[in-house]
Amino acid sequence: MGVEQKLGNMGVVTTTLENVVNWGRTNAMWPMLFGLACCAIEMMSAQSSSYDMSRFGMELMRASPRQSDLMIVAGRVSRKMAPVLRRLYDQMPEPKWVIAMGDCASCGGVFNNYAILQGVDEVVPVDVYVAGCPPRPEALIHGVMTLYEKVKADKFVPTQEK
Amino acid sequence: MEAKLEPIVKALQAKFGGSFEEFRGEVHYFVQPAQIVEALTLLRDQHQFELLSAQTAVDYWPQTSPRFHVIYQLSSLAQNITFQLRVPVNGDSPTVPTAAGVFDSANWRERELLDMFGIQFEGHPDPRRILMPEDSDGHPLRKDYPLGYEEPQFTFNFEDIDLRKPYAKE
Repeated sequence: MGVEQKLGNMGVVTTTLENVVNWGRTNAMWPMLFGLACCAIEMMSAQSSSYDMSRFGMELMRASPRQSDLMIVAGRVSRKMAPVLRRLYDQMPEPKWVIAMGDCASCGGVFNNYAILQGVDEVVPVDVYVAGCPPRPEALIHGVMTLYEKVKADKFVPTQEK
Repeated sequence: MEAKLEPIVKALQAKFGGSFEEFRGEVHYFVQPAQIVEALTLLRDQHQFELLSAQTAVDYWPQTSPRFHVIYQLSSLAQNITFQLRVPVNGDSPTVPTAAGVFDSANWRERELLDMFGIQFEGHPDPRRILMPEDSDGHPLRKDYPLGYEEPQFTFNFEDIDLRKPYAKE
């Protein structure tokens, strides 16, 4: 007694709105083109044909924060860069996610000094931390997949409570 | 000492007195802060040192007093020689007259020295920090600047650090 008996064989699928929206978000998540250090080289490699992040709907690296959903902080952030990073994050439209790629972005890495931010989580809220110095493209893609699982489990609540 | 350097050292000694050190053919000539502009002008105009290839400083605290040495490395492309001038500066209120009037390239290098060592350059056209954020405290390349910023987070102190770590608000 499903909907197909009412409508005939029209290829209709029933699901919840949450599932559809989250499916849409995960299959066209556009990262921001924002490389800071050597991790950016691995990020570029992850985009290249060998690893091909576009398999997961990430074929576009947007050069503008206004058009992107995901910020991949690829590299160490200096204290002078921190306000810029926060500003870029503020310019991204909701909903938005952040991946801290590599040790430097996650916790300062080898740069335990006055010039480098000890983890970008002091400036922007981070969803996924990817370990490695730098992480291989596979590791970044695994981080993205982990983020997708998180997004797919999202419920419709105000984003402040996320 | 290289033969080309001898007349330069003699000329400086005749004018300013002072001493020099030699190490592996490199000459470091010591001058007082008040004499530096004149010394640089003399080397530039009369000895063809047309390039200030480096201007830097060393902090010898706590072994040596005066604590800072400001170093001017001059190159002469015409003669294929280099020459170092050193200015010892006291640590209490380190002040040196600016060399930006003699070599334009000294402008940003003196800003860097101001930023990293807190050495003031009298008469500098634009005395602002160049590398550190405008609102930062202290001068990082001083030897008494605290080393390191944050305690590394391990399993045994994870909670401690997690509590006081300044996480970002949404």
